[in-house]
Amino acid sequence: MQESNKASGLSPLDRPNSYIGRSVPRPNLARLLAGRGQFVSDVVLPRMVHVCFVRSPHAHALIRAIDTAAAGRAPGVVAVVTGAELANVCTPWVGVLTHLKGLKSAPQHAVAVAKACWQGEAVAAVVAKTRALAEDAAELVGVEYEPLAPVADAETALDPGTPVIHAELGDNLAFERGLDAGEVDQAFRDADAVVEATFVFGRHTGVTLEPRAIVADWNPGEARLTIYQGTQAPHMMQNIFAKHLGLDEHQVRVLCKDVGGSFGIKVHVYADEMATAALSKLLKRPVKFVADRIESFVSDIHARDHRVKACIAVKNDGRITAFEIDDLTGIGPYSVYPRTSGIEANQIVNLVGGPYACPNYRARTRVVFQNKNVMCQYRAVGHPIAAAVTEGLVELAARKIGMDVLELRKRNLVADDAYPCASASGLKFEKLSHHASLDKLIALMDYESLRREQESLRRRRIFRGLGFAAFIEVTNPSAAFYGVGGARISSQDGALVRLDATGAIICHSGVTEQGQGTEAVLAQVVATAMGVSIERVRIVTGDTDNTPYGGGTWASRAAGIGGEAAWQAGKALRANVLAVAASILQAEAGKLDIRNGLVVDADTGRERIELHEVARIAYFRPDTLPPGFQAELMAVRHYVPRAYPFAFTNGVQASWLEVDPATGFVKLIRHFVVEDCGTIINPQLVDEQIRGGVVQGIGAALFEHCVYDAQGQLLNGNMADYLVPMAAEMPDIDVAHVETPTADSELGAKGAGEAGTAGAPGAVLNAVNDALAPLGAAPITEMPITPGVVLAALGKV
Amino acid sequence: MTAHTQVRLTVNGEEVFESVEARKTLVEFLREDLGLTGSHVGCEHGVCGACTLLLDGAIVRGCLLLAVQCDGCRIDTIEGVADSGTIADLQQAFAARNALQCGFCTPGMLLTAAQLLEEVGVPSREKIRARLSGNYCRCTGYHAIVDAVEAVARARANIPPQQGEGRIAEGDPGRGR
Repeated sequence: MQESNKASGLSPLDRPNSYIGRSVPRPNLARLLAGRGQFVSDVVLPRMVHVCFVRSPHAHALIRAIDTAAAGRAPGVVAVVTGAELANVCTPWVGVLTHLKGLKSAPQHAVAVAKACWQGEAVAAVVAKTRALAEDAAELVGVEYEPLAPVADAETALDPGTPVIHAELGDNLAFERGLDAGEVDQAFRDADAVVEATFVFGRHTGVTLEPRAIVADWNPGEARLTIYQGTQAPHMMQNIFAKHLGLDEHQVRVLCKDVGGSFGIKVHVYADEMATAALSKLLKRPVKFVADRIESFVSDIHARDHRVKACIAVKNDGRITAFEIDDLTGIGPYSVYPRTSGIEANQIVNLVGGPYACPNYRARTRVVFQNKNVMCQYRAVGHPIAAAVTEGLVELAARKIGMDVLELRKRNLVADDAYPCASASGLKFEKLSHHASLDKLIALMDYESLRREQESLRRRRIFRGLGFAAFIEVTNPSAAFYGVGGARISSQDGALVRLDATGAIICHSGVTEQGQGTEAVLAQVVATAMGVSIERVRIVTGDTDNTPYGGGTWASRAAGIGGEAAWQAGKALRANVLAVAASILQAEAGKLDIRNGLVVDADTGRERIELHEVARIAYFRPDTLPPGFQAELMAVRHYVPRAYPFAFTNGVQASWLEVDPATGFVKLIRHFVVEDCGTIINPQLVDEQIRGGVVQGIGAALFEHCVYDAQGQLLNGNMADYLVPMAAEMPDIDVAHVETPTADSELGAKGAGEAGTAGAPGAVLNAVNDALAPLGAAPITEMPITPGVVLAALGKV
Repeated sequence: MTAHTQVRLTVNGEEVFESVEARKTLVEFLREDLGLTGSHVGCEHGVCGACTLLLDGAIVRGCLLLAVQCDGCRIDTIEGVADSGTIADLQQAFAARNALQCGFCTPGMLLTAAQLLEEVGVPSREKIRARLSGNYCRCTGYHAIVDAVEAVARARANIPPQQGEGRIAEGDPGRGR
């Protein structure tokens, strides 16, 4: 048995023919490669109609009257519904969590009632036989607006002269948090050098290639609502649809098949999606909504948009003695439900300075309302900002005291033997590997040789830069993230594993597949636990009727939490199967094992009985089993991390790029990542999560920006004007790992989905500044780093 | 606006004779009228490449053409190309290299890459990147896609794969004993 392996130095994961640590191809690729995926935008149901929303052209306006008569008479129209009418079917919500003390927000409706608070907020819904007919009719809806002064600039949102968006809240302050650890003032007084900078992070968004999509099907005959939705959290959505549509949870089934990209965009409650479900209930037939790209830009959550005033104190010997930040962010007019829009700011306070052993840290963040699209959690929530601020300060400080940027880090990164320990902000670290990771990165990129190349190219007036960013990353969240704040968002997850009548293994899991490879990882884990080949394992996800209750996919939890539940369930089923086999063979279950789909003697490997034969006897000839013996060929296990609130991961990235001082263009040459996500179940999938994440971080660093004017109008809300990383501008990305498993689970896996995005912007920022250093440029502390920003730093514009 | 016109096309080798709304784009027609949902709609303004199709053998954007413009033309979609087996090696390379995650860009990416691979010789990584730069992928970061296309180009030219290329199951011993 596996436990005896410990004596030989092997872990429980080191099973015969283990799939743990193998780059097994994902089981769901063939259909996606043949154009046979099933995305929500592909779903068609009998009697299905389509909804299109009339959206406010104003950032802030009273809705005086809505005339729906002409639209109602238009061809193919089934219904035209206002916010007030829909409010009879769907109750409003307020996006607050009790553990973010003081966080406040106003009730938000599925369709605006009386007032529109951002450009793009839905003010009426038109339902018709086709999307095109609904769009035709939407043009005929007459909305009488009384424009109000918009609150656009977060910097002035709290000024006494600024209008208050929600009068009942008293002001535009959604949330404020302060933190003061150690002796910050003393540290700044005693510092040999202090660097101050203001970092500005532009608003950007997820741009999932498949826009948000939902089909809602209320069947009054069954009194059930079936929702087909591209979502990361089916059970959370089940609860929310039920709660706001006056149903019991068991009356709602959420189905999630293929999802065309999520990245945190599809884990929130969207007013237009709630409206679609409410319309189905109202009209008693299936209603489909697929956001078009233009409305995606004004309704998918935005993220970042932080202004961080930051300081670092250092001694001449390189010791970092203090960090201080003052963060401000504008989140739009509502805190997004149910995860709230206070989390990103809260994370920044938690994470700044995180990789370093520095006890003195002061932080303040203020989260303000404004009349722009809502902001909420997007991939790596807060981490890219915290890492860019911290690492930007570290490199500026190194330059100020004349020390190599890596030497300064080596003198301050938390020592690899210092664990367990806590950060100045109180984050608990079980075990990280900053120094091992940095050493590995230096070797991976051949640091010295790149520095020599940089030096020689500079003599030819070619300006290349190297920039680094160390980071920590929250993964495997416990209830500390949302549950303790009152949100019904599960931190535990479950797996149900069963042996079918032909000896195949079916695993039903509460975590979801968004393309990251969840189903492959679960299949690997279950195949390993059961001792069967992976071809015999089938995974079922994304169906609240058929999967154990769970949280889904967010905060890099699918492999670490969903994987552990599947591992435990697989082990339990193996024990159950061996009990059946033992009763058939009149052997001791403890002396048997399953290998390659065969029950064998554990000590000799002698083949005893095939799995399909065990299944056959258990299902069809139970009469031949001993009296009183009942085969149990299904096992369920659940898992939630308990020893630590989060399993922190760590890593370090480097960017190698070239800046053209004449044009301000940045050319990325290569990117390097070393990260530590604990046990690696599938190396290829982990590497590709890192690479994809890096490129999203590069997008933030160089290209992506939701540009608003002073009236709260989004100026570039389409794919031609909003730049995303394309193949030609992206570099090859080298990825390597250090493996420090968490002891909080048997698998030891931590999350890997967000690490790339966390570190990449800081690394690129530092590399650009490194490239420009010999030209006497002012340090750039703004993202995206457009050619205009570079030329301004060079004093050319 | 809603006037219909008769069109006759060859879609994946099948004769299609349909009455189509004049304003309907080619990709909408394929998806909604013919049920060929492998071509995806990502932006509807010709930027993202998710709706990439073959029109008389050439790469086009299905969202920038009206179905009525294609009367008399031959259309090939991912479904047809996949069923015919003509890009089986490319599909296999994408799977082996995990050159797709959510899969939404994949049909368009495959058709674009397939056209590049019809040209003689092994393209450089820079050339592969340039040719794929009209197809947006939010998930992969492109590196794996470039690897997969490069691997197929080398295989078709009978050049052995480079070290580390196309990391697949057999390459990793895992933790098995």
